[in-house]
Amino acid sequence: MTTAETTAETGPTTGQTIPRSDRSRMWTARLRGAAVRALPPEKLLPDTQPSYVASWVYVFGVLTLAALVVIIASGVVLVFKGPSWWHLSNIGLFMNSIHLWSVELFMFFMVIHLWGKFFMAAWRGKRALTWMTGVVSFLLSIGAAFTGYLSQQNFDSQWIATQAKDGLNSVGVGAFFNVLNFGQMLLWHVLLLPGAVAIVVALHLLLVRRRGVVRPLALANATEGEALSPPAHEAGDRTEGHGTTRSSTVSPPVTTAVGVASDVGPETP
Amino acid sequence: MTASVVDLNHVGHYLHWGFIQLSVANAVVIGLMIVVFAAAIALPFRPGRRGR
Repeated sequence: MTTAETTAETGPTTGQTIPRSDRSRMWTARLRGAAVRALPPEKLLPDTQPSYVASWVYVFGVLTLAALVVIIASGVVLVFKGPSWWHLSNIGLFMNSIHLWSVELFMFFMVIHLWGKFFMAAWRGKRALTWMTGVVSFLLSIGAAFTGYLSQQNFDSQWIATQAKDGLNSVGVGAFFNVLNFGQMLLWHVLLLPGAVAIVVALHLLLVRRRGVVRPLALANATEGEALSPPAHEAGDRTEGHGTTRSSTVSPPVTTAVGVASDVGPETP
Repeated sequence: MTASVVDLNHVGHYLHWGFIQLSVANAVVIGLMIVVFAAAIALPFRPGRRGR
């Protein structure tokens, strides 16, 4: 028996031996086992990617993530320094602009990421939950950006709030939150919505790591040899988390990228 | 403080198609997104390091 096993089976202070069968039933052990089975280290932090990922279309997810990091970092600075700082000092105005423009880039990259994933039907191969968490994070991000515009404390934010109040009332959700209440909207903006976005995006990333990056439709067809049979390539994806093809012998990146757009039609059932 | 590159001290410009109203600024952003998306599909990725 090794030293590590001895330590694990013997309590460090009482010296009582914990039977192996009891240890295996402890919730921490079961949770650890489930986590490692779902996301082994080589999947969680891979050092290689399938060759079809070498396309600009696959870049926009991580660009969106990079913009989100800048948003959160600049937002934290704004929270610490307060409204008078970001309205009146030069460095505060600069940081406020960094926050705004990182949001602009975040939405810009996220929409292109959405288009790319939509046209390659990225929900294939048991990736439905990945797709759905992406949609939810998109909707949450719209809410976070909206409450950010309400938190500007200027005439523009007042105009947006009054217009939004009528819009939200017209669809029947005005009773749940008051967009004319600055304090309420600021708390939604700095606490609830960013927290929700961070959680859903983290889940989205873990699912991407678990299921792997979806193959382009053209490559899926070439691999399976059945251009008009959606279940076939989905079955191929099910065989392994990262897709069936991780070889450098597949189509070159340019062909793959063009294939993404040109083969959408025939794949649609 | 230097002046803004784009003078925003005027009423915004809007495009109208029936009941659809779209600011020129938003139309420009949407156009840019379409251009970048098309470029991402058409342009080759750097030919150097390849995945396995």
